[in-house]
Amino acid sequence: MNILCAGLNHRLAPIDVRERFAVQEGEMNEMLERLRGIEGVSGAVMLSTCNRVELYASSLCPMRALDGFRRILSDRARQEAPLYHHETPYAVRHLFRVASGLDSMVIGETEILGQVKKAYAAAADAGAATRPLHKLFQHAFRVAKSVRTETQITSGPTSIGSVAVELAGKIFGSLEDRRVMILGAGEISERTARSLQSRGVRSVIVSNRTYDRAAALAAEIGGMALHFDHWEKGFADIDILISSTNAPHMILTPEKLEPLLKMRRGAPLFVIDLAVPRDADPSINEMDGVFLYDIDSLEQIASQSLDIRRQEVDRCESLIEQHVGNFLGWMRSCHGSGSHHFGRKA
Amino acid sequence: MERIALLLATICYLFSFGHTLFALGAGRFQPGRFNFIAMALGVALQGWYLSMRGAAEHACPIGNLAEILIFLSWSIALIYLVIGPAYRLSLMGAFTAPLVLLLQIVALLLPGETRHGFFRPNPWVETHAALSIVAYGAFGLACVAGLMFLVQEGQLKSRRPALIFHHLPPISILSEAITRLLWIGFVLLSLSFAAGFIARLAVLGGKFWFSLVIWVFYAVLLASAEKGFLSGRRLAIAASSAFLMALILLPVIEKLSVRT
Repeated sequence: MNILCAGLNHRLAPIDVRERFAVQEGEMNEMLERLRGIEGVSGAVMLSTCNRVELYASSLCPMRALDGFRRILSDRARQEAPLYHHETPYAVRHLFRVASGLDSMVIGETEILGQVKKAYAAAADAGAATRPLHKLFQHAFRVAKSVRTETQITSGPTSIGSVAVELAGKIFGSLEDRRVMILGAGEISERTARSLQSRGVRSVIVSNRTYDRAAALAAEIGGMALHFDHWEKGFADIDILISSTNAPHMILTPEKLEPLLKMRRGAPLFVIDLAVPRDADPSINEMDGVFLYDIDSLEQIASQSLDIRRQEVDRCESLIEQHVGNFLGWMRSCHGSGSHHFGRKA
Repeated sequence: MERIALLLATICYLFSFGHTLFALGAGRFQPGRFNFIAMALGVALQGWYLSMRGAAEHACPIGNLAEILIFLSWSIALIYLVIGPAYRLSLMGAFTAPLVLLLQIVALLLPGETRHGFFRPNPWVETHAALSIVAYGAFGLACVAGLMFLVQEGQLKSRRPALIFHHLPPISILSEAITRLLWIGFVLLSLSFAAGFIARLAVLGGKFWFSLVIWVFYAVLLASAEKGFLSGRRLAIAASSAFLMALILLPVIEKLSVRT
């Protein structure tokens, strides 16, 4: 018995190609049925995410299985499928790397593990997963857990939104009752506010020089619009200020903030300045209870996290290698030493 | 046997502290059970030592400066074990361990003083003394939380947070922990005063005035924090410096206790 992995991912194909081959949730059972109909395929798990479309199959004739898979995908998309493929042990290693987030666009992201679990559950429910595939995927989940807990591969946030969320969390703890004010209804402040909302922020006030734009954004994200001339009135009650106005001068200066901070009774204030040129005077960071981050400092933290993750890749690979060895040991014990083809890379 | 229990407790705290330092240095800190278990073992061993001393003297084992320091470090570690997990302050053990360790080492290095012996006749005096020390234990942990706050705040202000930033609790949680610990300490200290009055301890001696100044200081600190007059940073600085000051002056208070 051999394990075959075949598919395309973000490295091999751009999004406009990937989207043609993507398999939607509602189509999964039918797809699994078709895959199992390929000659030589005994079991199949299909993983389809925004970054990859992959088949994991147990097969006695991997090349036939590959041809059949290529045919099915090409028929669906009406174009030739640009596929990579691996067999045991490379296919095993590939799945372990995918589940651990090492093959992801953002190294160490954890969403992929949930997607792999979902793909496996769909195959198991449809009766498409054979014993080697059950064992392989369960082993992959253990590998992902071990990689995540024993290394720093998931360390730190990697986007501006997630950096803002992490910093807010380190200032306020729970974000559930926190209030956010957006000054300047730009796209990046909207994305940052949405990241904060995804972590529980409920109250968002939007203030923009053009009131209609503030009202439109407020309606879109479920917030409240405020005339730009009145933004200081809402200042006493907010915890997080996201600023991205087009003002040519700084609008948040120590002189302006000092009387406003007195109204806050010592409560901390997190200022996220996403504007270029900057809206906030850097010296406000020296004020008691004020934490100022501009676009550069947020990006720096994100890239610092990515650097840490990159440094951890070797440790992850060696952990994965140990697990690949364990899994191959299990396969040998089940099927006899000569029954599958180690070391062959197609 | 007593000395062995004390040495073993010191080793436990040393392990807890050393393990965290090593893990942080290697960039592999995981809030795990090791530190907590090491601290719990240290507390148990100290408790064993204190119970042996109590049984031998038929009194609360706070008869000399060494015993007071051990009782104080035991209180700090015990309160950490109670409130640490509740607040998910996993790294608090790493900050508590060096303080507890320092008190233990100083206690071990102190010459074997003779007990003052004035506690024995009156259980209210013992209650007064024991409550005071546990109150200082709570203030000690507030000091630890304050130092953690200042480190985390410094990380946030620097805009280039290091690894420790990810493992330290949010400053709001630390600020809340400081306030609660100050309240616990303040209530215990007030109860200790009440026990002292019941025991009819001298109210005009140096120790009394010294204790009153501390009580008033913490009362003002708490009132200011509750009214929102103090930022988290100022509260942390006040809580940390007040305890460190009291710790430095502990031998003076102890001398005053002997005289009164």
